[in-house]
Amino acid sequence: MNSLWLVIVKRLGLGIVTLIAVSIIIFVAIEMLPGDIAQIILGQSATPETVAVFRQELGLDRPALTRYLDWAGGMLRGDFGTALASKRDVSELIQSRIFNTLFLAAYAALISIPLAISLGLLAALYRGSVLDRAVNIISLSSVSMPEFLLAYILVFLLAQTGFFPTMSDLTPTMSFQEKLYVTFLPALTLTLVITAHMMRMTRAAIVNLLASAYIEMAELKGLSRTRIILMHAFPNALAPIINVVAINLAYLITGVVVVEVVFVYPGLGQLLVDSVSKRDVVVVQVASLIFAVAYILFNLLADIFSTLSNPRLRHPK
Amino acid sequence: MARNFLKILKTAPPSSVFGMVVIAIYILVAFFAPLLAPYSQTEIVDAEFMPPSAEYWLGTDNLGRDMLSRIVYGARNTVGIAFFTTILAFLVGTTLGIFTSIKGGWTDQILGRLVDTLMAIPSLIFKLLLLTVFGTTIINMVLIIALVDSTRVFRLARAVSMDIVVMEFIEAARLRGDGIWRLVTREILPNAAAPLAAEFGLRFCFVFLAISALSFLGLGIQPPLADWGSMVRDNASLIAFGEFTPLIPAIAIALLTIGVNFVVDWMLHRSSGLKD
Repeated sequence: MNSLWLVIVKRLGLGIVTLIAVSIIIFVAIEMLPGDIAQIILGQSATPETVAVFRQELGLDRPALTRYLDWAGGMLRGDFGTALASKRDVSELIQSRIFNTLFLAAYAALISIPLAISLGLLAALYRGSVLDRAVNIISLSSVSMPEFLLAYILVFLLAQTGFFPTMSDLTPTMSFQEKLYVTFLPALTLTLVITAHMMRMTRAAIVNLLASAYIEMAELKGLSRTRIILMHAFPNALAPIINVVAINLAYLITGVVVVEVVFVYPGLGQLLVDSVSKRDVVVVQVASLIFAVAYILFNLLADIFSTLSNPRLRHPK
Repeated sequence: MARNFLKILKTAPPSSVFGMVVIAIYILVAFFAPLLAPYSQTEIVDAEFMPPSAEYWLGTDNLGRDMLSRIVYGARNTVGIAFFTTILAFLVGTTLGIFTSIKGGWTDQILGRLVDTLMAIPSLIFKLLLLTVFGTTIINMVLIIALVDSTRVFRLARAVSMDIVVMEFIEAARLRGDGIWRLVTREILPNAAAPLAAEFGLRFCFVFLAISALSFLGLGIQPPLADWGSMVRDNASLIAFGEFTPLIPAIAIALLTIGVNFVVDWMLHRSSGLKD
């Protein structure tokens, strides 16, 4: 028990170090701006006075280390600064968007995880069948597709019939069912994006185990294939499956950016893309940090859950 | 040598033959784009959003340019830029990877930790961040994607080269007094060729998809150059009306990626020494 906690605490510590390192990189990236950031944002016509005032507003007259500590402290307290383009409070700007993005990601995750695991199990159960081959081909080709192609194919197929809206206009007054309905197409796109990989890995994890001696033993006892796969193979395949699920949830974080743009969904990804073209450094910094933190957390969870579900990982060599 | 190569090609499974045919067609189209395209990629030939006709096989786009011509030129622009970017990422990644595996010690530790940290940031987000900093031009995009993806190449090149560096023939070459250049080109690279070639194919797919995604978001290849990602974006409004043509550039992207994947799959299979 003790060694288990030690492994987890070590992994958590590593996660925190990574978080700090990543926040430094995101901060430093902005420092690398060629020339003067204030000059670039204000444009060529700005007078030296306005540039000086703007520099002060951004705090560029103070040393980098103090600015980093201020910035990082602000992030921890939820004080994200003021957007350059709209002059609005960034916390206010992103609050509802974070919620929307999480809603979309959770929606996609809730459909895709059970779907992927059951399809993967079925493919393992009926190895070599038409279903298995179909699963294989679909997963190989969906990995090769740009997200926007999947999204527009869905739009092409489903929206013409008028069943689902092609733009996800979310308003705060909507009821939960309405939200589910309006965001169905983006959620389905994300589901398609991540299901393939999870399904393939679930199948691989199960098939890997089927060669072990204890499975052969179960077969010789005369157990049914369904029982062998569900009761004997699945529990042991849980570690890699949980791992791949968490990795795909982390992948959702980036997949969400393109999908939000396709469906004009008012989420954090859309805000990030808008801010990149406006070169709103402050918003881009905050959004990148939030995405990076979520990504690191999911990877951390993946490691911790696989340690918990696989006793062999508790004793690092 | 050439006959040997042909013999190997004959053993290719149908999926990888399909992949190679797709790749060959794309290369031909890219080279002969000016001959194949009926119009220029930037010329406005008619009204906007003309439906397909004998004159414009795939209709015209949101500015009245010929869709077919732009798709043909897209093979040159999008694939060409992606190919160049991949080469750049490879030069940086393999050079540093092999170098640190020979050198070891502190250089290896520091570069390794730096790459670990860079890889902890989702790659699309990191690219968007750097594009904000340096501005959205084609050259910046190429350099940024090459830099971010070179971290992945570095990882692989270092791992592969690490396995080779500890071998006895390297020891022998060192004792013979071979310089580092000769060591890398004569001993390490030939032995690392198979995994590196496979990685090149996969990396190309990722780079190609990343460029398409950025261009689709309006942050990559800029108009008036014809490019598949931005073509989808420009004409997307038609899709909801049941028009299929805006999907063609996106399908062109997917088809090439699938083709390359099939070929890489076969290469990996061959080099792993599995017969079946």
